Amino acid sequence: MKLYPRQRHRVLQIVTKLVIPFVLLFALYVQFHGDYGPGGGFQAGVIFASAFILHGLIFGLQRTRQVITPTALRILMAIGVLIYLGTGIVSMFLGGNLLDYGVLAHDPKHGQHWGIFAVELGVGVTVTAVMISLFYGFASRR
Amino acid sequence: MELLVTVVLLTFLMAIAVGIIVLRDLLAGVILLGLYSLVAAGIFVVMDAVDVAFTEAAVGCGISTILFLGAMSFTKHDQKPRGHDSLIAIVFVVLAGGLLIYGTLDMPYYGDPNSPAQTHPELTQHYLYKSMDETGMPNVVTSVLASYRGYDTLGETVVVFTAGIAVLSLLGLIRRRPEDDAPEDAPGDIPRHSSDDSGVDS
Repeated sequence: MKLYPRQRHRVLQIVTKLVIPFVLLFALYVQFHGDYGPGGGFQAGVIFASAFILHGLIFGLQRTRQVITPTALRILMAIGVLIYLGTGIVSMFLGGNLLDYGVLAHDPKHGQHWGIFAVELGVGVTVTAVMISLFYGFASRR
Repeated sequence: MELLVTVVLLTFLMAIAVGIIVLRDLLAGVILLGLYSLVAAGIFVVMDAVDVAFTEAAVGCGISTILFLGAMSFTKHDQKPRGHDSLIAIVFVVLAGGLLIYGTLDMPYYGDPNSPAQTHPELTQHYLYKSMDETGMPNVVTSVLASYRGYDTLGETVVVFTAGIAVLSLLGLIRRRPEDDAPEDAPGDIPRHSSDDSGVDS
């Protein structure tokens, strides 16, 4: 059996394929379990982005760009901030102050729960998109 | 026991910091920076600040190391040799460091239960004992970050967004020439009908 230059990363590629789903799943766990354990939007965003960065390092940037395009990243960056701000504005329209989540549901505690969920989601989306586009920015210039 | 762990970790931290300053090889410096973050995360765990440790390990040790390595591809791997270190600079650094240490003498001791921040009725007392009733969140860090101080976190998210925009406008997302980026064959690809380098066992 002869290994040609193009196949020298075969082991890394297969191991990466096995690992990436677990990294993504762990990021989602950190994102949505932040109310109960350590974690939250910032950490989850970074972990989620690291899965894509790993993919980019092992499989080449071109493939990762096909998975998630730079244009999509720019839109996601803005969407995250808009989710956060939108949650605050919705709570204003429902009669509370900006980012006063208690008014989002009948029970103030449930309102807080929904509000924090939405806000952390916004943080996670923005951090993921910014981290991946930073990687694209640095890695695509040689 | 906890004191011993803290002392050992802080000693590691100092040794790594000295190593980063002394080394001229930028690659080794970047790797040591990642190690520095990892040890710092360990210290945060010992201090029971698990959320901070998590962030430090993910951001400091993971992403920023990769971004530093990416930034290094723009430049050489060795630091430019400096001239002789000026005596005045050393005097000023020692003076400024001494002033900073003198400033910490006014601060409450580490973990002091009688410090103003711990005893003020509207700060720690309120957040620690009322958070569960007011927000229903078992994790006080999350309730402070996203609810009590939601406005600050909004600002932080906008800062991350702005940083992303700034880096994109500086670096751009210039498409690399396709031949530079020629990806290696990966499992799951449609095999290209190339000549002899497609078969594994020939």
